[in-house]
Amino acid sequence: MKLKAGIYWGAGCGGCDVAVLDVHEKILVVAEKMDLLFWPIALDFKYKDVEAMDDGYLDIAMFNGGIRNSENEEIAKLLRKKSKTMVALGSCAHIGGLISMANFHTKETIMSRVYLESESTDNPDSVLPLEKWNGGKEELELPRFHQMVKTLDQVVDVDYYIPGCPPVPDQIVSALSQVWEGTLPEKGSVIGAGTRTLCDECPRIKEEKTITSFKRTVEIIPDSEKCLLEQGLLCLGPVTREGCGARCINSNVPCRGCYGPLEGVHDQGAKMLSALASVLEPKEEKEIDELIGQIADPLRTFYRFSAAASILRRKKV
Amino acid sequence: MAVRIGVYICHCGTNIAGKVDIAKVVEFAKGLENVSLVKDYKFMCSDPGQALLQKDVEDGLIDRVVVASCSPLMHENTFRKATERGGLNPYLFTMANIREQCSWVHIDSGQTTDKAKDLIAAAVRRAFLLEPLTKREVPINPRTVVIGGGIAGIQAALDLAEAGKKVVLVEREPSIGGHMSKFDKTFPTLDCSACILTPRMVSVGQHANIELMTYSEVEEVSGFVGNFNIRVRKKARYVDSELCNGCGACWEKCPGTRVPRKGNVHEKLSLGPTTPIYMPFMQAVPAIPVIDTETCLYFKDDKHACGLCAKECERGAIDYEMKDEIVEFEVGNIIIATGFQTFDPSVIKRYGYGEIENVMTALEFEIMNCASGSTGGKILKADGGVPGSIGIIHCVGSRDKHYHDYCSRVCCMYSLKYSHLIKEKTDAEVYEFYIDMRCFGKGYEEFYDRLLTEDVRFVRGKVAEVTDVPTCKAEEGKLIVKVEDTLIGNVRRIPLDMVILSTGLEGHATLREIAKKCSVSVGQDGFLIEKHPKLGPVSTATDGVFIAGACQSPKDIPDTVAQASAASSAVLSMITREKIEIESATAEVDEDKCSGCKLCNTLCPYLAVKFDEEKGVSVVNQALCKGCGTCVAGCPSGAISAKHFEDRQIFAEIEGIFSGL
Repeated sequence: MKLKAGIYWGAGCGGCDVAVLDVHEKILVVAEKMDLLFWPIALDFKYKDVEAMDDGYLDIAMFNGGIRNSENEEIAKLLRKKSKTMVALGSCAHIGGLISMANFHTKETIMSRVYLESESTDNPDSVLPLEKWNGGKEELELPRFHQMVKTLDQVVDVDYYIPGCPPVPDQIVSALSQVWEGTLPEKGSVIGAGTRTLCDECPRIKEEKTITSFKRTVEIIPDSEKCLLEQGLLCLGPVTREGCGARCINSNVPCRGCYGPLEGVHDQGAKMLSALASVLEPKEEKEIDELIGQIADPLRTFYRFSAAASILRRKKV
Repeated sequence: MAVRIGVYICHCGTNIAGKVDIAKVVEFAKGLENVSLVKDYKFMCSDPGQALLQKDVEDGLIDRVVVASCSPLMHENTFRKATERGGLNPYLFTMANIREQCSWVHIDSGQTTDKAKDLIAAAVRRAFLLEPLTKREVPINPRTVVIGGGIAGIQAALDLAEAGKKVVLVEREPSIGGHMSKFDKTFPTLDCSACILTPRMVSVGQHANIELMTYSEVEEVSGFVGNFNIRVRKKARYVDSELCNGCGACWEKCPGTRVPRKGNVHEKLSLGPTTPIYMPFMQAVPAIPVIDTETCLYFKDDKHACGLCAKECERGAIDYEMKDEIVEFEVGNIIIATGFQTFDPSVIKRYGYGEIENVMTALEFEIMNCASGSTGGKILKADGGVPGSIGIIHCVGSRDKHYHDYCSRVCCMYSLKYSHLIKEKTDAEVYEFYIDMRCFGKGYEEFYDRLLTEDVRFVRGKVAEVTDVPTCKAEEGKLIVKVEDTLIGNVRRIPLDMVILSTGLEGHATLREIAKKCSVSVGQDGFLIEKHPKLGPVSTATDGVFIAGACQSPKDIPDTVAQASAASSAVLSMITREKIEIESATAEVDEDKCSGCKLCNTLCPYLAVKFDEEKGVSVVNQALCKGCGTCVAGCPSGAISAKHFEDRQIFAEIEGIFSGL
């Protein structure tokens, strides 16, 4: 019997949906195994269609994007109710993703930047979005913008995680095949990725590490054979789960950490800081300060993808 | 089966109970999850206190133990043992520190009570997740290395050797003997320093159980208690110690000079021969000379024309080609006895040392006094004349916030000794310029009393200046000591022929280096830090490393010898155990998680982490690991975990701390 599936996007860029389409001809295999009953980006189903389903009617719901507003949260809860298995697809649903860097600002500063201050804004009356509007025949309502971005599992119970920004298409298919073949691991597991760090699949030569200076990617053309961290580039490979096939590394660009931390690591950014601090060359406080000062935007470097899932979670309001 | 945690709350007399409402804390603890019994007691560390928890464990009432009392540094071991006696794995016990971190440091008793609750809640959550660990034992190598061959090192080495244990004694200088070998008399008994020291030096040199390495320095210490590996550099003496019989023909014919040839009596002071090939003093052990390559004519001249000593040596012991030698050996324990150096008074410009003639340091005066020194024990002015008046300035570099805050403990006494010796040997008038007389040891006050009857002038006041600029006829050609005599309330100018600066003691210049090699800390005062200032004066924070003598703090000879014997008996107690329990809470690598990034490889201070090329993962050597956690913090993938301090245990503790919010 064919499995019944739904795909939804919360606060995200749509990249994960595209990644699902990027499986190319394998989409036919997917279509053979699954009936897609809900997928707003590609198919014309409505929320009311989902509401009409019995609880647990869907075999699987794949939720990509983070929880930014009340609509994201509402649909996440609805899909959880209607599905047997809930999968967080991609970095945003998994650990907050790029969009959770917004957690380093408050709701108010975000609104003000976007609607009042940005260089391309022309808003002479300083109009801000309203949650409710009575100007027309009936009252209109907009989703409420939350103070922070949350991961999917901070809102509903999640069964599995497929990491990545976006997840590698092949990994999506292999994860889905575990669903129809009934070979899913223990609940709460990360699927479609490895169990070690990216260093394990990174082909570069790794030596014992001592860091004498930090470089930005624009400053040097790195040696393509040697470990990027040893060349002073802030590669998050050592704290990031393998599974992407070292896409960035193979393009001579350091890992930014989108596959998230390993099992048992509570905070990817803090883990990177802790590891880095262990291998800095200088031992005197002043020299250490100077070296650390070379890291441009440490917060968004170490927590580029994992702010919402980190111990920090968000700026104190 | 559900976990049953027993919580024991200590009053510590009034130390805790005076600030923490014990009854409230007991009530609170009873309400915590998984806690099956809560008891409080006046002194948990006392026998009945320990018996309390031991019995509950024996009776099977609990399977986890939390004691809320003092710092784990104080009593963790006590309660671990009590837990074990009850029949439970000792690692299923944990401590909440409600004394040092609570009752002692806060004023408001409401707040201390709340904090005690939070700390107990944290310990209970941690206890829930504790896991039993297996004890590990390693054998103790019965050999000991003693670093430093002064009286402390000599005493420690002899004690151990007499007990039948092997000792390696490493001394930086060409001979053992240290500072004591430079003294003529010792206070307060005035017995001859050499007469009491030399027999011991000879015993060291001859003892079958002592391997003596002089003119040698410890380069590297690795390993851990019971199993240290020591690497020593034996500096080239250029004299073969197997062949040399110490006859002295070499230095008698040596045309060079190590001590400035031109110069006054004070500049030429020395014990032993003044030639480049020399023994530091005539009773040196071993009685084998060394060549000072800085001043030796053979080494200074590219053509190596001299070579006279080699020609003179009948036994052919001189070897100009000799190279430094590296020796490695294993020991079970280490005694550091590197002694002191004296304060350099030239930094106190107003005392004129190094600028004005006849201002000398205590150590220089000591050498001048020594019967075997260059003046034959005569007290002379720089020009060779006999001084008619001598001033002794106390506390030079000690009890002075610009230099050392501490009292050097020996200067008052050796200054009194000088007064006595001057009075004995000359007719000079003697002044002692002191702040306070500190004569605290056995027979010391009596010695001071005796000096009070020997016509010595005691002036109470800190000397402001020593100058040779006269202001009246009587001061011409004299050194003038300017001092506020606080007992008469006047500033005085006292013209004298000679001034002795009673320089204080400080940790040896190389102490920091040796401390680092042995993983021992140096305190703010520049001396080694003992394990406990009262209850652990000879042991250190590193197991198997002991300290003796003036490397720990300024000391006189009796205290030094006592501490050296204490250190050797501590070592003997270790050796007698034959085995020692080592840390069970070590770090472990989960090979399934390790990606072989090598980030941890350079971090381990005990060199326990190595890379396994075959498996492509890092490995922690369990025998070397001390469980410090450095690699755990460094491991980016979370593949290394610290037993007994796992992330989940620490996070549970943190959650416990905040559970009251």
